[in-house]
Amino acid sequence: MQVPTHVEYERASSVDEALEMLSRAGGEARPLAGGHSLIPMMKLRLAQPELLVDISGLTELSYINVADAELRVGALTRHAQLLDSAVAGERLPIVHDAERVIADPIVRNWGTIGGSLCQADPSEDLSAVLAALRATAVIRGAGGVRTVPAREFHAGPYETVVEPGELLVELRIPLTANTGSAYEKVERRVGDWSVAAAGAVLTLAGELIEDAGIGLTAVGAPHFCAPEAEEFLRGRRAGEEAFTTAGQIAAEHSNPVADQRGPEDYKRHLAAELTTRALRKAFERA
Amino acid sequence: MQITVTVNGTEYTRDVEPRLLLIHFLRDELGLTGSHWGCDTSNCGACVVWLDRTPVKSCTALAAMASGREVATVEGLEKDGQLDPVQQGFVACHGLQCGFCTPGMMMTARWLLDHNPDPSEQEVREAISGQICRCTGYENIVRAVRWASEHGAAEHREPAQHVEAEVTA
Repeated sequence: MQVPTHVEYERASSVDEALEMLSRAGGEARPLAGGHSLIPMMKLRLAQPELLVDISGLTELSYINVADAELRVGALTRHAQLLDSAVAGERLPIVHDAERVIADPIVRNWGTIGGSLCQADPSEDLSAVLAALRATAVIRGAGGVRTVPAREFHAGPYETVVEPGELLVELRIPLTANTGSAYEKVERRVGDWSVAAAGAVLTLAGELIEDAGIGLTAVGAPHFCAPEAEEFLRGRRAGEEAFTTAGQIAAEHSNPVADQRGPEDYKRHLAAELTTRALRKAFERA
Repeated sequence: MQITVTVNGTEYTRDVEPRLLLIHFLRDELGLTGSHWGCDTSNCGACVVWLDRTPVKSCTALAAMASGREVATVEGLEKDGQLDPVQQGFVACHGLQCGFCTPGMMMTARWLLDHNPDPSEQEVREAISGQICRCTGYENIVRAVRWASEHGAAEHREPAQHVEAEVTA
């Protein structure tokens, strides 16, 4: 039987109150949003906070809207809401590709975008998606608001730059013209973590690639991205040759480890193949 | 801490530890053993109930989180001595063998039919993809949900009610 260890519980009625509760308890408090990352960690006793600050009722953090050529997603938005969002689906197909294969429909009902990102599991899908999209994380603390590029959000496995007493409140994703995107994941069964996955974002200028973003999941890519492959693609003619080579470059710079989901060489093969497939699909959608 | 949870329309107030999981609150505190406690790891879906009219794996929610909210369990499906069409469908189509996954399957099926009264086979399969049945191979479960769809499930539809903020996009 898995149950969390003893913990205190408080419910916040506003972001300000949540920040106040979190900073009062110092590093021993954790915000509780959907609970679908934190509660399993608490049941395994890998997380043992002294205080849970329940922010699940803070509707002010649950929204999806477009402003200043960005899609702005409140951190408390549920996976299911992001998957239901027409604007996300049309403008950022990579997001819907990923959301369709994150956990399962029941978990997506309650798991939140912010919670997934702050769990910072190396196999979590949105980290690579947001890295590929060069999104920005908005973090609020007692001292005010700060923004962090998605590619600098993670400090390591299960560790982010969000400090005790702070909350991730919003994700900002640039909406760029002439751009296509896609996410390709291999999983053993519905709801499982990725064996490996890759996301691609391509901005075209005629037949040439103006800009590229590549995100990699579960293959030990630093900051979940592949800057060498992106650099290779920039300015090049879009097509099979470029996409295949970019996949190989992405795989060379990844650093997968063998586990129950597969050996290292298989994951490296997937990093290359899935990057190429994602680029191909992103190109078709641009 | 003291929590007040409305379960199947009845309000219950109890003193609980904040760490108590919703599934154990329902089964051990309230004696509502219809919801089953299965894998304990958010995988099997035997514990699916509705929290504020949205299915949740109740092994992955705290009872404290449900305070002030509404929970619906399989015990609440029957209305005025009449089984819900989903329940009738599981009977008519032999949608269960051991029955362990059944309460969770039925709560998800009822929610699916509330939002999509005529789901395709593929849509049913996708809706229950986070739930595990070790007996039926899912065939009869899918048939049971389709049966309910064809036998008046829409008339039993609960008015949709969202507690989430309106998605503005």
